[in-house]
This record gives sequence, C-alpha cells and structure tokens, in this order.
Amino acid sequence: MHEKPLGLLAELTHRCPLGCPYCSNPLALDPREDELDTATWLRVLREAAELGVLQVHLSGGEPGARRDLIDITAGAHAAGLYTNLITSAVGITESVLTGLVQAGLDHVQISIQDGDAQSADRIAGYAGAFARKRALAAAVVGHKLPLTVNAVVHRANIDRIGDIVDLALALAANRVEIAHVQYYGWALRNRAALMPSREQVERAASAVAELRARHQGRIVIDAVVPDYYARYPKPCVGGWGRRSLNVTPAGKVLPCHAAESIIGLEFWNVRERSLAEIWANSPAFSAFRGTGWMREPCASCPRRELDFGGCRCQAFALTGDASATDPVCHLAPDHARVARGDPDRSWV
Amino acid sequence: MSDPAIPIDAAARPRLPRGVRLVHSEAQGGWVLLAPERIFKADAIAAEIIKRCTGEVTFGQLVDDLANSYTAPREKIRTDVATLLRGLADKKLLEL
Repeated sequence: MHEKPLGLLAELTHRCPLGCPYCSNPLALDPREDELDTATWLRVLREAAELGVLQVHLSGGEPGARRDLIDITAGAHAAGLYTNLITSAVGITESVLTGLVQAGLDHVQISIQDGDAQSADRIAGYAGAFARKRALAAAVVGHKLPLTVNAVVHRANIDRIGDIVDLALALAANRVEIAHVQYYGWALRNRAALMPSREQVERAASAVAELRARHQGRIVIDAVVPDYYARYPKPCVGGWGRRSLNVTPAGKVLPCHAAESIIGLEFWNVRERSLAEIWANSPAFSAFRGTGWMREPCASCPRRELDFGGCRCQAFALTGDASATDPVCHLAPDHARVARGDPDRSWV
Repeated sequence: MSDPAIPIDAAARPRLPRGVRLVHSEAQGGWVLLAPERIFKADAIAAEIIKRCTGEVTFGQLVDDLANSYTAPREKIRTDVATLLRGLADKKLLEL
C-alpha cells in the first residue's frame, strides 16, 4: 500500500509571456492544441481529492493564459482542495482575480525576478512585468488573500536578497520564498550564466539568517538551499512517488516536474487512466519509489529514508544514470562532477 | 524561534487567518493544517486547541475550557497552549 499524495502540481499550460533563463518548463513544450480541456482537468481534480490530495497548485507556464482558469479553480474548490495560484502576474487581470476569489481561491504566489523594476524586467525579458506584479500583489492583498512572493535567485540577483525581502514586505506578503535556481532543463542549459559562486551562496545564507531574525513575526522567509554546495542531497519531492504528483499540460503524470528529462521512463496519461491507477501502478512512479531501486552507497545508508537518494533528475543529468546516487552527496561515486565547483566549466 | 517568555494576553482572541484551515484527512489518518504551500500534521491535542481558535473565544476561555476537558494543572495547560500558539503565530498560521 503506497502512501497517499498531499499535493498536485497542475501545469495548466506551458505558454508564458515571460522568458526567464531558468524556466522550469521542459525544453520541449506541450503545444496549445495538446492541452487538456476543461472537463478533463475537472475530472483530474476530483480524482486527486478522492486519492487524498489536499492542495492543488495551479501553475504553468503562466496559468493566466488559460481562459478557463476560473472554472478550473472553482472545480478544485468544489472538490475540497486547497487552491494555490502560482503566477507571473502577467495575464491575471483584476477582473480575473475577482473571479478567482469568488471561485474559492485560497492563496496566490507571485514570482518576482529582482528587487527593482529595471533588473527584474531584464531577467524576465518583458518590459513592464514588474509594475504588473506590484499591481496584482496589491489587488491580492486588497481581497485579503494571503500572498507569497517567490524570487528565484542566481548570480545576477543573489547579492540583493535584502532588497527582495524589503519588496515582499512593501507588497504586504505574508511569506517570501528565496529559491536558488535548480539546474534542470533551461537552467542547466544556461547554467554558466546563472550559477553563483560559493562565496555568494555563503553570503546569501548569512543574509537570510539575519533577515529572518530582523523580520520575525512580520514575514516568513523560506529559503530553498542550493544543493550544489551541500554535503547531503535534498530529499527531492519528499521522496519519489511519495508526497506529490505533477500533471503536464498534455496530461502526462510525473513524479516531479522535471521527470521528463529522464530518458527511458514511461509516463501514463490522465486521458487514458485514472489518477489513482497512475499513482499506484505507473512505471514512472514505480521506478524509484521506496528504497528497493537503490545501489550502494544509498542501499545501506542510514539516511536512505531521510533524503531518498536525493534527486533522480540530477543523478541522470550529471551521470547519465537515473539510479545513481545524487552526485551532490559527498558519498556519491560521481561527487567529483559537482565538487569541481567552477561554474564556468562544463561538467555535464 | 518563538519566545515563550512573552505571555499571551488572556483577552486575545486567537484565530486562523484567511488561507489557513484545519481539515481532517482520511488519507493522512488525522488532522492537518493547510497553509500557503505548506501542510502541517496536527496531533489530536494540537487539533483540539486549533479547533478552538475561532476568533470568538479568548485565550483565557480557551485555557479554561481545556482545563475542564483534560485532567492537567491549569498552569501547565496555559504554558503548553501558549507555546503552541506562539509557534503558529511566528509561522503566520495564527493571528493573536
């Protein structure tokens, strides 16, 4: 009997007006004509709730590119799910937001690319995006919905975490996420331009600790630590096929949003099967669930059920073998691939 | 992070803010607190306390109520409840 998933990431579309260099979309995008229709999404959301999912994250791409976003949100709410909108803000007008609030939306996460307009718009590749983010943030707070600001940090903005937190406070966010770039897909391709130095990462960690102490009780600061410089790998997605699942715009169900980067995995599609059947029996979910797939040094490691061998996508990206120990781990046979640490050197 | 030395006013009316709710999950086999992009499992005692955080009951009344329901010294209950509520407030999961 498998554990039940807690969260579903619903990637409603890969379409997005922004062009961030670390985009989490796969390199090969699902075209609009392949996107699931409204009725299928509503069925998937009902099946998710029946399976035990508690929260749905409506994401993309930019979910505002879907004309049926309000209907999908209403369907998620009616199924009893906690609904979270993850948006760039471009494409969510104030009238759409009002419709979403009436449909039962629980929370909004808005991405920002930097603390000031000029740099933020340059990173996003979209003039005027920053101003629209500020406007949507104000509208969210005006509706008394909780707001999270998400800032992906990399070499070009990592030294301005204080400005980013100040901006989140000025926007009246309850929470700010400082998320270091994760190097898959587009970010891996653009890694040489994005990866901060070890010194930058260390300065960022002290900045976050200082900001947390200074703003305690005013704003929650969550930081996603960059695993490239860590001793142990991250427990990626809380363990493969254990806590969460991800549905792509075209209906493929993935254990994590980057799983399609692993060549050879067989994904099942919600067009053909129920979510419960996919969760229980899909070859992609079974491939790395639990600890049976592990080799040494993971198989006998006392941390095997703490970090689950780390990230399968990263293991594949860096070694070509998805069942290898995540090279980030200092015990991994391939750790030298990470430990070189020079962001300008190609080690993939 | 939370400082238990800061007392909670007996007249405070703790409540869950918008975007935070306590639900019972069959799949998870118990109570869970749903919050922005986070989920916290609540044990039976924590759930009993959080259920009373409606914005209508004062902290003092909440402690009295629990002291009547459970056989523990009122002062210990007050301290334990205050620690839990402070911790939740620090995470923006509760308004005091």
